[in-house]
Amino acid sequence: MLTGNQQAGELRQQVRDFLAGHDPAALPRLEFLRARFDAGLAWVHYPAGLGGQGLSRSLQSVVDAEFAAAGAPDNNPARIGIGLGMAAPTILAYGTQEQQERWLRPLWTGEEVWCQLFSEPGAGSDLAGLATRAVRAETGDHWLVSGQKVWTSMAHAARWGLLLARTDPDVPKHAGLTYFGLDMTAAGVEVRPLRQLTGEAEFNEVFLADAAVAEANRIGGIGAGWRVAQGTLMNERIAIGGGALPREGGMAGLAAAAWREHPEARTPGLHDRLLRLWADAEVARLAGARLRQQLAAGQPGPEGSAAKVVFARLNQELAALELELAGAAGLIYDDWTLRRPETVSFFGRGPGYRYLRSRGNSIEGGTSEILRGIIAERVLGLPAEPRTDTRVPWKDLPR
Amino acid sequence: MTVTSPGERPPGTPRGPEAPFLRHGASAATTDSAEGSRSRQALPDLRYSEAEEQLRAAVRDLLADRSPWAAVLARVDAGEGNDLALWHTLAAELGCAGLLIPESQGGAGASYREAAVVAEETGRAAACVPYLGSAVMATTALLGTGDELLPALASGRLTAALAVGFAGAPPAPGSGPGPWPVRAGPPGAGDAAGLARLTGTVRGVADALAADVLLVPGDGAALYAVDARDAAVTRAPQVSLDATRPLADVTLDAAPGRPVCPGDQAVRAVAAALAAGAGMLACEQLGVAERCLDMTVAYVKQRHQFARPVGSFEALKYRLADVWIAVTQARAAARYAAACLAGGDPDTPVAVALAKAACGEAAVLAAQECVQLHGGIGFTWEHPAHLLLKRAKSGSLALGTPDRHRAALAALVDLPPPAGG
Repeated sequence: MLTGNQQAGELRQQVRDFLAGHDPAALPRLEFLRARFDAGLAWVHYPAGLGGQGLSRSLQSVVDAEFAAAGAPDNNPARIGIGLGMAAPTILAYGTQEQQERWLRPLWTGEEVWCQLFSEPGAGSDLAGLATRAVRAETGDHWLVSGQKVWTSMAHAARWGLLLARTDPDVPKHAGLTYFGLDMTAAGVEVRPLRQLTGEAEFNEVFLADAAVAEANRIGGIGAGWRVAQGTLMNERIAIGGGALPREGGMAGLAAAAWREHPEARTPGLHDRLLRLWADAEVARLAGARLRQQLAAGQPGPEGSAAKVVFARLNQELAALELELAGAAGLIYDDWTLRRPETVSFFGRGPGYRYLRSRGNSIEGGTSEILRGIIAERVLGLPAEPRTDTRVPWKDLPR
Repeated sequence: MTVTSPGERPPGTPRGPEAPFLRHGASAATTDSAEGSRSRQALPDLRYSEAEEQLRAAVRDLLADRSPWAAVLARVDAGEGNDLALWHTLAAELGCAGLLIPESQGGAGASYREAAVVAEETGRAAACVPYLGSAVMATTALLGTGDELLPALASGRLTAALAVGFAGAPPAPGSGPGPWPVRAGPPGAGDAAGLARLTGTVRGVADALAADVLLVPGDGAALYAVDARDAAVTRAPQVSLDATRPLADVTLDAAPGRPVCPGDQAVRAVAAALAAGAGMLACEQLGVAERCLDMTVAYVKQRHQFARPVGSFEALKYRLADVWIAVTQARAAARYAAACLAGGDPDTPVAVALAKAACGEAAVLAAQECVQLHGGIGFTWEHPAHLLLKRAKSGSLALGTPDRHRAALAALVDLPPPAGG
């Protein structure tokens, strides 16, 4: 059994050997990334043959650092965050061998972008109540999907969608769902931009009218969609709240910079708010680091569900403070033009944009209220509220 | 899942072997993973090590056995806020008095990481022991001096207290001596060479009543050791908001003091003791917060109103989720402060300020919610909620309020106050 340090040394050597045979400056980007995947150096914690070597997740940073030092191209992770953070772990956990071999390589190289088709106009927090129907064709080799999805990031660039659809309306709502990988280029899939209150359209609405999805692209069992989706959502929450940043990374740094640059805007009240938020943000950063240390050591704690609630609150309060520190400039917005960005930064553009965008942080990926309910029931073990919607057939629920 | 973090054991689960950590220099948790070695450069390990968990289990067992709520309440009722028999077991038999003291001076040669775990447990139990005053603050003041008192403190044979007001915050780094209210005069006739005669009153000293030795910062900048039972020393017990940590006004009337360290060294020793005290008190507050949360969660699961457990109401669930979130944040801050103190990290002043603010507020939030969500029973004298509430609020006021510590951050991280403010 090799120690972590020996494994790290061995991996570094593997990367050097790989680079000796694959000159990043000479090879086309995609060719280089495909070869890196095939060499098991894409994500080392994935299985051999699927871009990895079955090693500890904590060793990935060794490989990434080695490639970065060599000036090698990366797979632009910001653009394929949904694929890397949500689709890939779902496919790995629930997909068939054929699906894993078909999907993971172009997902990792960025050739194929993924999006997530979960929320609907009538099913937000109550995701399990969703109404998009998938009906199996008589031939049995495909399903026809009809309905409307909403809040779909990157749908306009996506080749594949993680689709949760109702396959049996005659059973209680959680039991009648099935999970698919939907070809976004199929006939019957229409993507329209959904403009949000910032003026941008980073999200889409997706209209499905008898869109065909192959039976071979079903992920998990018929009726098992809810369980598969839970895995996707857990990864989403970690992805939103759990990134590693230095001190004053993110919104705290922007608010602190505004304070330092605008002595004329300083008041005792703002100073008190800034110190509270700065301290809370730094503590939240430490809590995130502690969580990652636990994950790397294979001792995941339940702290992950706190991270996103805290992140949302701090982002919102810091962005509001930064806007107040901007003085007269706070009354000006940079641009209301409808844009369709391919990557989203909560910290980009101006303070007005940041303030407005932050309002979404406590809604997207599970509202802060839903997350508190999850903490109360799954972490603290408090009893569920009496419910009327979980035991009757979905078709009989009031809508 | 339960409220306990992965680092904790719920009551009743098997313990590790007893106390091998006490003599073998239990150090910070280590990991041989690549992530571990890199993150240590940036941030220290914020988890609990196996040795720390073993220490926790031993202390928790002892306190569960010897300091149940009925015993704490009886002590409060009797106005005897020091359980010296319990303290002797914790200090001498479990070796908790000597955690910070090097093995060469009879201690365990451990660090503030281990000391923090003991502080968490004394907070959880609202234990009536002078751990913070003696094993943390007085010991820290002596650590750099190699003073002859250290072996006696390590063995638990003597208990000491640092004669400073418990309300005072640690001084800003590099600042001069605080307003030390005790004057040092010349030795009396027949005094041994080097002795000074100390005169003055220090108000609100924690753990002074349990102390055999008082460490007194004297004007003229030296730290003196004074026999607490000397005829020239009066310790007047105060009616303390937190009766589990009684305060006393200490008056010296030409009391003989033996210089422990002089000048700048004394200033640094007192500053280090206050910083360590604030950091370890923050860890104690984490323990208070966790206990309040555990008690409240257990209660709302079994208390029925409107024909259902009150814990099934969303209004209460959200409040308890917020307490749990505050505890997870406080735990990270407490671990960071302990690790920085243990490593002599230059970021220690920031870490202590963050932890004292976060843990103090988490403890007060958790204790207030504990009283509120228990309803009427939580407002009674017989229920232990008030013991934790008083420990929480008093601890958040002591060694610098959360607000005072955030104000200290302003200078430490370059967020200056408004001009003229």
